[in-house]
Amino acid sequence: MARTIDYRKILTEPLIRQNPVTLQILGICSALAVTTTLATAVTMSVSLTVVLTLSAGVISMIRRHIPDTIRLIVQIVIVASLVIVIDQLLQAYFAEISRALSVYVGLITTNCLVLGRTEAFARHNAPGPAMVDAFGNGLGYSLILIIIGGLRELFGKGELFGVQVLPLADAGGWFTPLSLMLLAPSAFFLLGLLVWAIRSLLPEQAEAPEHVPPLRAEPAE
Amino acid sequence: MTGLWDLFVMAAFVDNMPLTLFLGLCTFLALSKRPGSALGLGVAMIGVLGVTVPLNNLIYNALLAPGAWSWAGYPDLDLSYLALIAFIGVIAAAVQLLEMVLDRFFPEIHRAFGVFLPLLTVQCAILAGSLFMVERSYTLAESAVFGLGSGVGFAVAVTMLGAIRSRLAYADLPAGLRGLGIAFVLAGLMSLGFASFAQMAAAQ
Repeated sequence: MARTIDYRKILTEPLIRQNPVTLQILGICSALAVTTTLATAVTMSVSLTVVLTLSAGVISMIRRHIPDTIRLIVQIVIVASLVIVIDQLLQAYFAEISRALSVYVGLITTNCLVLGRTEAFARHNAPGPAMVDAFGNGLGYSLILIIIGGLRELFGKGELFGVQVLPLADAGGWFTPLSLMLLAPSAFFLLGLLVWAIRSLLPEQAEAPEHVPPLRAEPAE
Repeated sequence: MTGLWDLFVMAAFVDNMPLTLFLGLCTFLALSKRPGSALGLGVAMIGVLGVTVPLNNLIYNALLAPGAWSWAGYPDLDLSYLALIAFIGVIAAAVQLLEMVLDRFFPEIHRAFGVFLPLLTVQCAILAGSLFMVERSYTLAESAVFGLGSGVGFAVAVTMLGAIRSRLAYADLPAGLRGLGIAFVLAGLMSLGFASFAQMAAAQ
């Protein structure tokens, strides 16, 4: 191939600069729902990264044989089969976490991140770069999940991975858990603040204002 | 009768799909910039959820549930692991059918929906409706009410967010918070409001 492919760029670009969750608005549903504890967040990240990488590889391998009109159905069936395998594995070996994740493992099927990457990248590229791109996006997604999961578990319960980190006030320590952190609204707030932080560091990501306010008329003397 | 009404209220407000269960957030955030398109999305969600959840309930109980094939001499056959593929197929077909029916008989409504309809195939809230139906083993009537209730809850939430965001277009926000950032914060505030429904349900 005459065109060299920069694997490193494909891999690192989605981590922050093109992050799937905070910039492309893909896969937010599961990103917020499973982040009450770090353990579920990590399990979900690993599952999604595996499904994403494998499905990108498979779809990229057969990309020349999929008729354009039915490609969505073919892609969904491939993703769904992979998700069923992961779901069965989790139920067999990590029964407790599988119960905590409830239906959200099955929902990887309709995670827009998976379909978005196969549509946008795997469909037009060879298996190698497609899998690297998928892996990078999976890592970018995992990064956000782990940050939010860590913050929510740390401030909600004073624990990390179920181990007490901050001494609780009930047990003679100084930390009073913020139970709001375990409820739904805090996930929205944290992600909103994270988006704000990333866009302040990288101002080119900020969205243009929809309306420019008219200049204020000079007060008459 | 009161049981079904309670289920409807629970599905629509207490377990609101986008705000308390985080389902369907991608379209929830992407299509809520204007109240008009938000309302269109909400109505489409009511229609699709109201049809697919009971339909998937029939398919699951008649074909996939453990022991469903005992009449044919396979009492141990358990096909429930195929549920995911079956549900996705039903949802894709239902969305396609809905689109064709609207196109044929109500072209104005079809034009108003535009691109939202095909997008609903990969909407997590719709698949989640069917998966919750299996997890909580609803009957046919319950699953119909649950589907409609979830759709109504989604429509209410997305229309409200659309209305607030269209007002906020005139606000002078910090550059980094504009668009997605403020949408998350708004959704968080609305989620706080909907958390009070959970308190009311717990108090009863």
